[in-house]
Amino acid sequence: MTSRRRFNAARLLAIVRKESFQIVRDPSNLLIAFVLPVVLLFLFAFAVSLDIDEVAVGVVVENQGAASAELGAAFAATRYFDTRFARDRRELEPLVVAGELRGLVVIPQDFDAALERGTPARLQVLTDGAAPNTAGFVANYARGVAEAWWSSQRAEAGVDEERGPSVRVEPRFWYNPELSSRAFIVPGAIAIVMTMIGTMLTALVVAREWERGTMEAIIASPIGIGEFLVGKLAPYFVLGLGATLACALTAEHVLGVPMRGSVFALLALGSAFLVPALGLGLLISAATKNQFVASQLALFSGFLPALLLSGFLFEIESMPLPLQWLTHVVAARYFVESLQTLFLTGDVWSEFARSIAALVAIGGVLFALAARNTRKRLE
Amino acid sequence: MRFQRLVAQIRKEILSVLRDPRTRAVLIGPPLLQLFVFAFAATLEVENVSLAVLDLDGGKWSHELVQRVRATRMAGDVLVVESHDALAEAVDARRVLAAMAFQPDFSRRIEAGLPADVQIVLDGRRGNSAQIALGYLQSIVAELNADLAVLRGGRPPRTIAIDVRHWFNPNLEYLWFTVPSLVGILSMFSALIITALSIARERELGTFEQLLVSPASPLEIIAGKCIPAVVIGTVLGSVMLAAGIFLYRIPFTGSVLLLYAALVVFILSVVGVGLMISSISRTQQQAILGAFSAGVPLVLLSGFATPVENMPPVLQALAQADPLKHFLVIVQGSFLKALPPDVVLETLVPILLIAAVTLTAALFFVRGRLE
Amino acid sequence: MHGEAAIVLDGVAKRFGTTWALSGISARIEPGRLTGIVGPDGAGKTTLMRLMGALLAPTEGRIEVAGRDTVRDAEEIHVLAGYMPQRFGLYEDLTVQENLDLHAKLRGLSAAERERAFAEVLAFTELGPFTGRLAGKLSGGMKQKLGLGCALLARPRVLLLDEPSVGVDPLSRRELWDIVRRLAAEGMTVVWSTSYLDEAERCDDVLLLDEGRIEFAGPPGELRERVAARSFLILDVDDRRRDVLRRALDLPGVRDGVIQGRAVRVVLAGADGGAADAARAAPLAPDGAALAAVDALARAEGGTMRQVAPRFEDAFIDLLGGGPGGRSPLAERMEPVRLDTEIAVSCRHLTKRFGTFTATDDVTFDVRTGEIFGLLGPNGAGKSTTFKMLCGLLRPTSGRAEVAGIDLARAGGDAKQRVGYMAQKFSLYGLLSVRQNLKFFAGIYGIAGALRRRRIDEMVETFELGRFLNSSPNELPLGFKQRLALACALMHRPAVLFLDEPTSGVDPITRREFWMHINGLVRKGVTVLVTTHFMDEAEYCDRVAMIHRARLIALARPDELKAAAASAENPAPTMEDAFIAMIESHAGVEERAA
Repeated sequence: MTSRRRFNAARLLAIVRKESFQIVRDPSNLLIAFVLPVVLLFLFAFAVSLDIDEVAVGVVVENQGAASAELGAAFAATRYFDTRFARDRRELEPLVVAGELRGLVVIPQDFDAALERGTPARLQVLTDGAAPNTAGFVANYARGVAEAWWSSQRAEAGVDEERGPSVRVEPRFWYNPELSSRAFIVPGAIAIVMTMIGTMLTALVVAREWERGTMEAIIASPIGIGEFLVGKLAPYFVLGLGATLACALTAEHVLGVPMRGSVFALLALGSAFLVPALGLGLLISAATKNQFVASQLALFSGFLPALLLSGFLFEIESMPLPLQWLTHVVAARYFVESLQTLFLTGDVWSEFARSIAALVAIGGVLFALAARNTRKRLE
Repeated sequence: MRFQRLVAQIRKEILSVLRDPRTRAVLIGPPLLQLFVFAFAATLEVENVSLAVLDLDGGKWSHELVQRVRATRMAGDVLVVESHDALAEAVDARRVLAAMAFQPDFSRRIEAGLPADVQIVLDGRRGNSAQIALGYLQSIVAELNADLAVLRGGRPPRTIAIDVRHWFNPNLEYLWFTVPSLVGILSMFSALIITALSIARERELGTFEQLLVSPASPLEIIAGKCIPAVVIGTVLGSVMLAAGIFLYRIPFTGSVLLLYAALVVFILSVVGVGLMISSISRTQQQAILGAFSAGVPLVLLSGFATPVENMPPVLQALAQADPLKHFLVIVQGSFLKALPPDVVLETLVPILLIAAVTLTAALFFVRGRLE
Repeated sequence: MHGEAAIVLDGVAKRFGTTWALSGISARIEPGRLTGIVGPDGAGKTTLMRLMGALLAPTEGRIEVAGRDTVRDAEEIHVLAGYMPQRFGLYEDLTVQENLDLHAKLRGLSAAERERAFAEVLAFTELGPFTGRLAGKLSGGMKQKLGLGCALLARPRVLLLDEPSVGVDPLSRRELWDIVRRLAAEGMTVVWSTSYLDEAERCDDVLLLDEGRIEFAGPPGELRERVAARSFLILDVDDRRRDVLRRALDLPGVRDGVIQGRAVRVVLAGADGGAADAARAAPLAPDGAALAAVDALARAEGGTMRQVAPRFEDAFIDLLGGGPGGRSPLAERMEPVRLDTEIAVSCRHLTKRFGTFTATDDVTFDVRTGEIFGLLGPNGAGKSTTFKMLCGLLRPTSGRAEVAGIDLARAGGDAKQRVGYMAQKFSLYGLLSVRQNLKFFAGIYGIAGALRRRRIDEMVETFELGRFLNSSPNELPLGFKQRLALACALMHRPAVLFLDEPTSGVDPITRREFWMHINGLVRKGVTVLVTTHFMDEAEYCDRVAMIHRARLIALARPDELKAAAASAENPAPTMEDAFIAMIESHAGVEERAA
């Protein structure tokens, strides 16, 4: 049919111009393309933080002994915890139930006595398991604080029973030595934001042509379906790339996440990612003319996978196997990985090339499906 | 008479959403997908991750440590590399989360009773998982050290015993957290989108004028749009609730009645937001994007993804105005914590306040549009 | 190209799902002529247009446009034919010039060709001064002209126009018509589909479609001649004309009847009682019995009967088996409504400004209880704004609008309970089924239980909605959509009925039916306020208010307006002539004043 015909630059440009005018005339488009991404980026940067800091924890000191008091003070001193003290655990337990405290450290009645006797002194850590992630952190950090206190105690006392541990661990965090969570969340957030622009906005644009009856006039003109789709998407492509750049600039200059890779690589990856993002939007708009349905489809085929299956927040290797397979067709996954590398490591072209190939392949399939479903006849 | 009119409107709104099979499918599909697919993805546990080992030692003790690491849940594939370059490449290309490097004299130093170092390289790009993995590795090394001490004939070092117990969720099952939270998040999104579309759709298709010339008062029109969203949101919430209790067998220890009361108030507060969006949107497209722009921040600020206390003070203050944040406390507490009624009611107060504010604002917004 | 048809239809049929929209269509459309495609709603007009525009492929048969096959050479046809869809797809957020640019480039015009084409099209359409205006801000008539302009840019050899005059006021309609006439004279083949029969009458040829088949093909005059001796006017029945019409239509042998000012126009059956059919070209004498009966009716009412020249419309209705009867089963069942005031609707110095633009300027009139009051005016003149203020949808900037003494914008439910409203686009809930729509509109007016069931059954029966009860209103043929909208507006038995362009785009037979119901309702005491573009419908009104440039320029009975427009060269002007004369003379006055 029509898609076999050669592309005609003038017709293509005409569609591009028209679509650009339409984007610029509706302020809500620009709001979505530039204001919303930046707002979301800020929210992700500040609201989504995995750095544990000042977690509210109760410390119950059940006896008046000096060691208990010192250990309690050690908990109060660490920046990881925001402590609240009590003598009786019953005082604090309801606060854990209400979610105001994330856990309790109980220094029991016989703590000092046990230390004196030389029998192992028991320390109890109770966490709020309803929030498993925080619970894990509380347990680990509480253990760390207690152990650090204990070794300093012994050092002070001049005790040197053993020559210290035989095996020492020497950890290094590459690319992100301070392990700031913002450094890896912000690049991931850019991918999420781009999914929104690419998929959501595109899902609504072709549906709009049908709704307003302009599609019939377009079909009656000599334009081919390929020209029409490419022309229609080109401005959104540019808009998407613009938003990528805006996000990267915000990340580097406002959020303080340095970008170690090149702008060229950023644009290359951004372009590659927009292929599946726009393709998915197009496929949705070809599948339905109802805007509510389109938005829901965009939500669960575009946004949710980008948020949950991209490895942006949740470790892909820890997911059940079928979900791991599923992540291979989630375009955002490749984009998130490569963006994190781009920001924190620099240009690693071997990885980028793989990502770009995967993105273009996924995008190609989506476009082929979309073109097949957008017919240039009225039936 | 008034009652009749209200019932007619409520029926109309519900039918608008549920009559068309495709609309019905997309209303029910995504939540189920969430529940059965994405719920499993939302875990911050670290399991089955790939590791690399550069063993320049090749001796007994390096082998022993690697075996112990392999035996944990944390470790998945273990990639054996031959050089520092290969190790760096594996980390660079994201093939492994962490790599352990042993010096040639590792076993010898241990045999000689000298401290031996194991270098652990972690991928800071996956900082969160890297940190958790490091915790695992450190505790494995600590165990090895204790065993080594015993082996050398010494007593185990005197220490303090730390006894960790996780209340409400002894095995830290992540699903016990995600599924109850989804009750709130999914009912919020459906209520938000349904109300956001309600007025915008009528205006775009011209039926709003029909409604305005009818005897229905603005208050009735608003009520007619709120109630269906509350009903649909509550039903969706109930499905999640039932799935959590019966399918995932998550203990439910609180009061069902109070939870439902809270759910309704919570949805009402969201409905107010949806109506405001709807009244300022000129098209359905704007309404949808508006609902989305409101919904995503509400989820991010709710403490679902990461705890509220990790946020900067400004956002913490803002989070107090997020009804989802308060509702999550109630729903999580009702599942696992047998949340006492007085705490539920106390937490309900801010939600009620937010609902009063958003609904009043919605009334003004919609009234403004009636001009 | 002479001697060769521009479009050849050869045994064309088109099926959608299991229904045949068209079947056995064979015809030739000649080059350089203006061909009209007419027929009632659902006859297949739009499908035929789309088939010729190569937007649809025929299920059977073949179509050649300028020697190209519409299936094989669809692309070539898209290049050499201009097609203007029903709702012309203008991009409302682009300017006039940008819309033209887009279409010029889509058709691959070079820069020089574009300049020439723009100059020409802008001159044709007189849109020159508005090139910078957003298409969405143009009036309905200007939009259609722009749509036509876009279709004309590449100088197509064949121009396909699908109902270009729907929703366009008479003035703009006449302008459109003049443009197209000129194009045809220059040798372009123009196909114009329409449900306006006065337009069909002025075409060179018509194809008359009914239920997917061709009922007539040829010059309109040929069809008109078939009813030559059978059109009559019953004169001097002023106040009883609605009653006379109702009774006349119930007489056997009366094929059609409408109100024309103070008179009633009837078309009688042929002498053998049947319709003229294609086989019989010679006109038939009227049926003797019918003639006698109508004559007797006229005399009994103190009027006289006179034979008049036939119109194409008379023949059209006759060919399609006659118009509807004179009864409105709906109105007959209705208990009379009472409004305790003499004046049902009134406005005083009504003014509405949007920013610096005045949409309604100091308009004052009263609508008496039990009258049909028409609000006429060109597109964008401000009649919609005025209308919306009257029914309380817009708040006036100054002045007052009241219904039965109450301002609806501030009124409570009880006052609104007395008002029925039917919106321009038959605003129905597309996401609900027909039955659910009826239930909703009953419910929103507080009708419940057995009463609701009875009213709904009544509406379903009267408007023959039974087979559509479970479909969406969006899937209904336009005529049924309009019936449903009317049913929804009448469910609660309003005393005052507001109708905003209630018959836009609806075919003549459905319109007649619609007016039968309105006539019936008025007999029961209902007051009707209506806006319309159909000037023949203005004839049904007791009085009409003419709005032009936001002001009320005339308020009179239709006959008075026609009489005022009579001149030496046009002694018996139609309502449309009167309308145009009125607008033009008013414009003249303003220019002189300026």
